[in-house]
Amino acid sequence: MLHIVNKSPFEKNSLESSISVAADGSAVLMIEDGVYGVLKGSRVEEMVKGAMGSLKIYALGPDVEARGIADKVMDGITLVDYNGFVALTTEHDKVQSWL
Amino acid sequence: MKYTIQINEGPYTHQASDSAYLFTKAALESGHEIFRVFFYHDGVNNATRLTTPPQDDRNIVTRWSALAEKHDLDMVVCVAAAQRRGIADADESRRNGKDADNLAPGFRISGLGQLIEGGIQSDRLIVFGD
Amino acid sequence: MSTKRFLYVNRKAPYGTVYALESLEVVLIGAAFEQDVRLLFMDDGVFQIAKNQKTDGIETKNFSPTYSALGDYDITKIYVDKQSLEERGLTVDDLIPLTYEDEDDDWAEKDSIILIDRNDVKTLMEESEVLLSF
Repeated sequence: MLHIVNKSPFEKNSLESSISVAADGSAVLMIEDGVYGVLKGSRVEEMVKGAMGSLKIYALGPDVEARGIADKVMDGITLVDYNGFVALTTEHDKVQSWL
Repeated sequence: MKYTIQINEGPYTHQASDSAYLFTKAALESGHEIFRVFFYHDGVNNATRLTTPPQDDRNIVTRWSALAEKHDLDMVVCVAAAQRRGIADADESRRNGKDADNLAPGFRISGLGQLIEGGIQSDRLIVFGD
Repeated sequence: MSTKRFLYVNRKAPYGTVYALESLEVVLIGAAFEQDVRLLFMDDGVFQIAKNQKTDGIETKNFSPTYSALGDYDITKIYVDKQSLEERGLTVDDLIPLTYEDEDDDWAEKDSIILIDRNDVKTLMEESEVLLSF
């Protein structure tokens, strides 16, 4: 399953909730304000790194760049563009949007 | 792959309509099919032709209309949500005794069943919202 | 028409925003399509089915009685995330007792609410085919 998170983890618990229910092998894609979940040195880094053991974590590159945080992305996150976003929706059999 | 796209928010206030537009465009360019784009909640506000956004930024409404025309998209605005928020075509307007209508080109007003049908007929339903 | 497993994911509180009301409207219209429908209430979504909603003071329609009609629309599987209740100091007794009449059991009245933990939420999502979020 592909889990899409569009809320900053500092604003809402959507990233945390999605990670708590994502089955092994699922993917989490951060988009829009959700990309603040990529931040190195933030209080969510541990949670996100911990999730990398069983989930693939992605962030939408254009949203990262828009917010000026491209040089602050923690290791282990794969950046994708909109074509990559589309590809993720084909690779996973369903999509849950955590709004 | 066949997609239905659900958009829950209006233009500019949330990024949902932007993300949905750019996703839809990329999907079409990758050769996928868009079964339907369904506008719900404040998403119906993407369908008013009365917006005059600043010229130095994207025009969210007209670019949806243009994408629909280029790819013959089925862009549906939920009738119940539209009635609540004042989005109407000429028929709806007449039926409800209003003195104006505002539906932008490329959009049509229909029921929630169109969203459910989209979920049934498509391979993927993607929701963009707040 | 083929049958798919639909999951309506409700994570927002009622009244502060319109999502609770308008997602319920989708559920009711969707019932006519005879799909395999489940509802999930999680995070602040659990507040949508809290008892004792009295909305006169905010001059807004109290739509919570509509949840009690879901059984008549063949919506009989209503999942509530236990952790979300606990985080909010709630128990199942704080929720509207949603029921349905089981036609395969002499119309016996049964509970529609199924309390689940996060692992079950994971399974519920994995088993669904169309996930709607509002």
